[in-house]
Amino acid sequence: MDTSDTPAKPPTTDGAAPERINGGQALIRALELEGTDTIFGLPGGAILPVYDPILDSPIRHILVRHEQGAGHMAEGYAHATGRPGVAMVTSGPAATNIVTPLCDAYMDSVPMVCITGQVGTKSLGTDAFQEADTVGITRSVTKHNELVTAAADIPMKVRQAFHLATTGRPGPVLLDIPKDVVDPNNPDAWFDWYWPTDDEVRASLPGYRPTTTGHPRKIREAAEMILAAERPVLYVGGGVLKARAAEVLRELAELLQIPVVTTLMARGAFPDDHPLCLGMPGMHGNYTAVTAMQRSDLLVALGSRFDDRVTGKLDEFSPDAKVIHVDIDPAELGKVRNANVPIVGDCRQVIEALVADVRKLGGAEAATDIGAWRSTVSGWQEKFPLTYEQSEPGELLKPQFVLEQLRDLSPEDTIVASGVGQHQMWASQFWTFRHPYTWINSGGLGTMGFSVPAAIGAKVGMPGRTVWSVDGDGCFQMTAQELVTAATERIPVKVAILNNAYLGMVRQWQEMFYEERYSEVYLSPDLPDYVKWAEAMGCVAFRVESPEEVAPTIRKANEIDDRPVVIEFRTDSAEKVFPMVPSGKGNDEIVVSQGVVPNVAAAPHDADQAEGVAQ
Amino acid sequence: MIDEVHHHVLSVLVEDKSGVLARVAGLFARRGYNIESLAVAPTSDPGLSRITITVNVDTAPLEQMVKQLNKLVNVLKITELDPRHSVERELMLVTVQADGAGRREVIELTQVFNGRILDVGHHAVTIALDARPDRLDTFETLLTPYGVTSLQRTGRVALPKIDNGA
Repeated sequence: MDTSDTPAKPPTTDGAAPERINGGQALIRALELEGTDTIFGLPGGAILPVYDPILDSPIRHILVRHEQGAGHMAEGYAHATGRPGVAMVTSGPAATNIVTPLCDAYMDSVPMVCITGQVGTKSLGTDAFQEADTVGITRSVTKHNELVTAAADIPMKVRQAFHLATTGRPGPVLLDIPKDVVDPNNPDAWFDWYWPTDDEVRASLPGYRPTTTGHPRKIREAAEMILAAERPVLYVGGGVLKARAAEVLRELAELLQIPVVTTLMARGAFPDDHPLCLGMPGMHGNYTAVTAMQRSDLLVALGSRFDDRVTGKLDEFSPDAKVIHVDIDPAELGKVRNANVPIVGDCRQVIEALVADVRKLGGAEAATDIGAWRSTVSGWQEKFPLTYEQSEPGELLKPQFVLEQLRDLSPEDTIVASGVGQHQMWASQFWTFRHPYTWINSGGLGTMGFSVPAAIGAKVGMPGRTVWSVDGDGCFQMTAQELVTAATERIPVKVAILNNAYLGMVRQWQEMFYEERYSEVYLSPDLPDYVKWAEAMGCVAFRVESPEEVAPTIRKANEIDDRPVVIEFRTDSAEKVFPMVPSGKGNDEIVVSQGVVPNVAAAPHDADQAEGVAQ
Repeated sequence: MIDEVHHHVLSVLVEDKSGVLARVAGLFARRGYNIESLAVAPTSDPGLSRITITVNVDTAPLEQMVKQLNKLVNVLKITELDPRHSVERELMLVTVQADGAGRREVIELTQVFNGRILDVGHHAVTIALDARPDRLDTFETLLTPYGVTSLQRTGRVALPKIDNGA
């Protein structure tokens, strides 16, 4: 079986003698040539030979404290910059430790290249020390992965990895490299350096031809459908951000004044303070975003994938809507909901073509008047805004209040990286995202512990920006050790722990659906002592317990720019995330606040309006 | 035996590289689908192999499977072979008890089915039969009363019928 992608004769430059290079040097040089400026990693036995040439490379290596941190940092870096994140770890336990970030990146389509060391080729399959079947283990959580069996393959494999990670639907790609392939003491690890051309890379991947341009006839059909719609909604997902399509999205929305919802993965793709922005739909989406989709007659799904957290009970989701579905991944079309007009393509290119077609067909003048729809929608916005009750004096802080203060006191282009749970939902709900790539979170996989390392990666990629990690106490305990990395490397991220002493989201479900039988969710507010812990890790740390301390402490934290800062906010553990569509229920059963279910309880009063719109 | 109503035959052209079969099989396993039969071999094109997969899946999930298969970097082309428009063959080796009167009957059955006897013992024979998979099913049923000692089938291989423009 032929496993070599190496061209028969390595090309030389300018007729000079080919340069002899070993596998380890070649790997680092290949990463440099692919534009890598940072590697997040941790060395070990099998990857040792690759760590030696790092000393001579301009690439910045960030030494993490746990390999999971390296993976999430690479993700945070990629989310913030749009460039692929690079993580490098050794074999065995290091490779298994980075499986979670790989899966996370796979679910959220994050471009990432992961290098793992492996035992020598002669030891493969012998249960050697620190051997794990990394390619086997990571096969279903990577876009592609490969075992590199010859040093001379390294330049091509690295080029392929970056090409695969960054084109089509982005995702993580892993290269597993046995030690002997990069070992300078192994004569077989030396080869004549070459750098494959783009054409050679494409030719080496005959099964990989992503479609980026939408089908013109389908786009025309979509444009006609949008112009004819009476209750259209642009249902915007993470694909719009991946395609760098925020600007043209805005053009489309404004051209026809169509309301926009941005999913958890797309927060910031359309400005929250724009009059057409309805905010986040889904299980914890706001009433207007959820209900606009329910009553819509045309969903224009742009880089979104009808995730179960958006649709609720599928049979009851947006029952009257036709669907235009644009996605670069053909497998997303028809996966959950059949599209009347499916379009395979890059969101930016397709939306550009859509805008052009809409203009050709007469633009706003030719569109159905959707004024009535927009006023219905604004009616909902006025009637059902996001709300919460302020705390009484002496009570614990409301997490929503903390987030509003953090939002108002931080620079407008602050990058927010969250963990997973209640604090994530509140951050998404209460922050005002005005720019793309300012919101980083773990959407698909829901990885607790994502926030701190992702924030560090984002700050490394965007050093000029303020980066706030919004974390829960449960999440923080999973990956806090990376603050040691941040302190050592002088990466001044800021962490807001919303400490409610519980695994809050699980507590919320136990309260609502398990008759307040709280099982294994209590974490204690005082153990660990977050302030001492943060200080021990080289951070500046504050504890905030009363509302009047909130703003001054945030101001202090925002002024610190030479080391990481942690603020522990003691928040009310009884506070729940609303609105909420109970799991398994249809989106019409949205609960806007404790016990308030507008579409059911208020049905007699609202019947006219609701039915008038639904038909 | 294969459920002829729900069974689908996929012919998957892949790069001949290590791990490709695991990737393809993994997509089925992940969704809990069982592969009924599987045949893999190189094609006339160097560097390419063809995997013929028979699965028992409804049409809608199969469409999704095909799309997911297409996303695999090493997969070049997938064709679903409609049994009406394809030729299918499968090879079976079977060792069957053949004593006394039964011996003659087994040999006659083999002749009727155009099988070949590969090995002969005092009390048993080993037969090779290549035919359409449903013919193998029939042959297997007919041999069972004589006492099948061991049996191995290859899984089906298939190609589209040649279009003669008729």
